[in-house]
Amino acid sequence: MTSTAVIQLFVFVLAGFVGFQAITRVPPLLHTPLMAATNAISGISLVASIVLAGANQSVLSTVLGTIAVGCAMANVVGGFLITDRMLAMFDKAKAAKQEERASAKVH
Amino acid sequence: MIDIFIQLAYLLASVLFIFALRSLSRPDTARRGMQLAAFGMLIAVAATLLHTRIVTYEWILIGAAVGALIGYPLGMWVPMTAMPQRIAFSHAFGALAATLVGIGEYAHLYHEQSLTRGVMTALGFEVLLGALTVTGSLMAFGKLQELLPGRPITFPFQNFFNLALFGLGVAGLIWVVLFPYDVWVFGLICVIGLLVGILIVMPIGGADMPVVVSLLNAYAGLAAVATGFALDNNVLIVVGALDGASGFILSVAMSKAMNRSFANVLFGAFGSAGGADEAAASGASGEMTAIQVDDAALRLAFANRVIIVPGYGLAVAQAQHQARELVDLLEKRGVDVRFAIHPVAGRMPGHMNVLLAEAGISYDKLIDMEDINERFAGTDVALVVGANDVVNPAARTNKSSPIYGMPILNVSEATSVIVLKRGKGAGFSGVENDLFVAPKTSMLFGDAKQSLMQLGAEVKLA
Repeated sequence: MTSTAVIQLFVFVLAGFVGFQAITRVPPLLHTPLMAATNAISGISLVASIVLAGANQSVLSTVLGTIAVGCAMANVVGGFLITDRMLAMFDKAKAAKQEERASAKVH
Repeated sequence: MIDIFIQLAYLLASVLFIFALRSLSRPDTARRGMQLAAFGMLIAVAATLLHTRIVTYEWILIGAAVGALIGYPLGMWVPMTAMPQRIAFSHAFGALAATLVGIGEYAHLYHEQSLTRGVMTALGFEVLLGALTVTGSLMAFGKLQELLPGRPITFPFQNFFNLALFGLGVAGLIWVVLFPYDVWVFGLICVIGLLVGILIVMPIGGADMPVVVSLLNAYAGLAAVATGFALDNNVLIVVGALDGASGFILSVAMSKAMNRSFANVLFGAFGSAGGADEAAASGASGEMTAIQVDDAALRLAFANRVIIVPGYGLAVAQAQHQARELVDLLEKRGVDVRFAIHPVAGRMPGHMNVLLAEAGISYDKLIDMEDINERFAGTDVALVVGANDVVNPAARTNKSSPIYGMPILNVSEATSVIVLKRGKGAGFSGVENDLFVAPKTSMLFGDAKQSLMQLGAEVKLA
């Protein structure tokens, strides 16, 4: 095993641990936004796709890379938009309630 | 120099992503956190464009433009009820990107004659897991979107056949690690991955989809990790690990909520239990007591505490807004109304919460099963809307029932129960429900949307 691989393993295990800690604290209320969010973030494979599509190695690589850029980009754009849409609803639900309270006080 | 700059940008992006997941622990911080994550993504992508291996930008731009055109409707136009299939569909996209990068990288290194065993291990995992996730997710999408039959499709020796095929895939993986230049074996791994993805989702029924969607999330994450290992890209490893952790945690949560063991989930062998035969044996006896809308409305209007138990039937009937109107009317009369959310109330983890929030119901009224179960005892009316299995006492009492052992909502502890139900048929898993024939239960038959609307009108008059 090379030293690079060992460092990679370190990164993987520690990131997994951090992820586990962070995600167990997400309440079931937000589990669907969580899935949409991880989906959006996993669009980071865009960075690998970009290198493949732009490296001009061979026709095959460029074609595969371009399709990969498209797929990853769709996840990034769609993922962040839909997560925001959902989280805005949870915001709105709260705002609506505050409004209600305010109007109840007036009456 | 540029390389170090790119790595630092990736580090910043990773930190922002982790921060975003942390912010998802509270509804009021979540949105801001995700906006920061989007910013992190922008930084990572912008830095990547400086990569020394990139010599031409036209194909990157074309791919990105097409992707953005596909992504926008996937983000803005998809209705919340279609969220499970939409997520399944994007898992397929993410995994396809990982698989294609794996194949492209293999072609590149093959051409340069610089394939090492370490890189080959990562690439092998990448295409095997990636390909499996692509077809698995598409199958899940097809089932959820009802393009494919939702019922489990089985054939003799299915598990044995699947395991043998998967074993062949692993054998191929070991082979290419030993002999990296055997292209046909590398191709074989891809094909086996694609086949295994189809085969493992095929025998799974619609009710088990929350587990499948979560599990595919984890697989997609692991494919990204393998990509990171192959390309020596730490941000991919970090994000893949986060994705994988999230997928596994949700799978475990879902399998607990459905009383399936984690081993069962891990190997995708769930959903194959012969539920139908056993269900017939556990048939409930007794007569259902029907109730009229005006009586039901009076009971709700003069209650102190009401708990609404929404099931997937509520979402199918698109009755979330009517539910909200009813809640508003009841609250005006001083009735304390809460929603009891079972973990598998929708078709994916947390789905019901999103549907109700969309209708404008405040999230502090949406209570998880663990917290609300003790409240049923002091509740005057439990109003069950389109839910069946999650309130079925057979899960506690009948050992022969296919849902035996599944945690359920304590609806029967409420003083009285009103069940809104379309007809007299059994639930999604085909199981009869003793709750519906219990003496304290009254059935209000009809479309959930219509019934809720009529209840609202009657409550107004009361």
